Amino acid sequence: MSYKCDCYKLIEKKAISAGMFSFTIYCPEVANLAKCGQFVHILVPGFTLRRPISICEVNRDKGTIRIVFEIRGSGTDKLASINVGDDIDMIAPLGNGFSVLDIADGKRIIVIGGGIGVPPMLETAKSYKKATALLGFRSYDKVILTKDFEDNGIETIVCTDDGSVGISGTISAPLKAELEKGDVAAVFACGPKPMLASVISLAKEYGVYSEVSLEERMGCGVGACVGCVCKIMRDGEEKMLRVCKDGPVFKGEEVIL
Amino acid sequence: MKDLSVKVAGVTFPNPVIAASGTYGFGEDYAPLYPLNKLGGISCKGTTMNEKPGNIPPRIAETTAGMLNAVGLQNPGVEVFVNKYLPELKKQGNVIIANVAGATLEDYRNIAERLDSTDVDMIELNISCPNVKQGGATWGTSCEGASTVTKAVRAATKKPIMVKLTPNVTNVVEIAKAVEAEGADCLSLINTLLGMRIDIRTKRPILHNNVGGFSGPAIFPVAVRMVWQVANAVDIDVVGMGGISTAEDAIEMMMAGAKAVQMGTAIFTDPYSPLKVIDGIEKYMIENNIENLSEITGSVKPW
Repeated sequence: MSYKCDCYKLIEKKAISAGMFSFTIYCPEVANLAKCGQFVHILVPGFTLRRPISICEVNRDKGTIRIVFEIRGSGTDKLASINVGDDIDMIAPLGNGFSVLDIADGKRIIVIGGGIGVPPMLETAKSYKKATALLGFRSYDKVILTKDFEDNGIETIVCTDDGSVGISGTISAPLKAELEKGDVAAVFACGPKPMLASVISLAKEYGVYSEVSLEERMGCGVGACVGCVCKIMRDGEEKMLRVCKDGPVFKGEEVIL
Repeated sequence: MKDLSVKVAGVTFPNPVIAASGTYGFGEDYAPLYPLNKLGGISCKGTTMNEKPGNIPPRIAETTAGMLNAVGLQNPGVEVFVNKYLPELKKQGNVIIANVAGATLEDYRNIAERLDSTDVDMIELNISCPNVKQGGATWGTSCEGASTVTKAVRAATKKPIMVKLTPNVTNVVEIAKAVEAEGADCLSLINTLLGMRIDIRTKRPILHNNVGGFSGPAIFPVAVRMVWQVANAVDIDVVGMGGISTAEDAIEMMMAGAKAVQMGTAIFTDPYSPLKVIDGIEKYMIENNIENLSEITGSVKPW
């Protein structure tokens, strides 16, 4: 596993929704290594711990990566105040991303994202010839990136908890309907735990391979401090594995939520 | 090029900056960034006799100028350390301190015996971990407990023993003297202070363990004070730690009486920080015409 730790220039910054920001960072050496589902660990000046943020898009030709994050506290608030042209100190790329599998012709994958779990699913969907995106949000004002998915030729289904846009309710019913069609080779998901639990159980019911991305309060980001563990069933035993280095993406069948 | 080497309890470290136990794993996680032998040494993750799963997450919480952790000594056990990690670390020329933790006296004795025939350069006795229910700091918070463990381990190994002290006591000097009397070769301090954070929306402590070890720049002055008190009271070497993040901090800690320093939380903020501290110490030596770092150790002039 190779990663870099350096300062890289912020070259584009956009507010894409209330409290949600998109950063494009010029970092050719990171872009060369980065895979879908990996994350960057950003040092916000004045804070002891870095902030892990998933990679939303990678552009190797331009030497850039894109991240999308939500202001959740004082750290991300400060991060949002960084200006274009300023340096961002980051350790990247980190963790194991989503698998890019060989999919038989006529088959497709489904990516599922919930809220701030949507961004890593964009690069994941782009890594496949045929993908459908199932994106869940609390309400219309929280919807992000749907145009980005559509612009990349990804069939996109939006759900909102309050029904203010798209399908009313969680992604469970539309996911079941998609799986019924019988042409799904794998499902990949990032979002809140109840959503992941539903994805894992539906994938199992339909005998479809699944991977999910987990989140936990993180220290070092590289595996040294063993702070961000999650329970994983592997080799017949329950293990405490590190979200940052062993994950953040795990096989659905291994995850104990 | 200045000679930055220091000798602690007879062991020579190429420079005085050691990665602190629990913050650097067994080194491999930072290997993509720089050769690990640029460090003075590595104090490896606290190791128990058998594999230990550690505490339920969340294990990490941020604080102003610091953090809390309640990892609970998750580690693969002494055999994995000896067979998998240690040979690799020694091959790269690192000075290695094995950090030993146990629940019972028997545990400490057995691990020390197991390590006696290995290549570890020093054994650091962890009697100060605040995050485990059995052992850990329960040994380190009384003179009796601390001296009992030190005596048992002394009898089990010829390796130099460094006893890591907890700051969560009324009088750290008494404990330092007690372990010195039982044959400790040197001391390291301070381990983390016991702390707590609460999420005011959920009324839940952020750590699942409710409380955890507080580290980072915020605890630095407490560490300097305790190192100064202990270094003045014992004859054995003292390694200072607690919130060091700059070369100035490291030099200050050495002036308080430390022969070497350990860095931990600062590595999370900046993985290169130990190397920056090493460079900064060398610069200070050049600017102040210092030939040997022993000139700095204990050089504070108290009022």
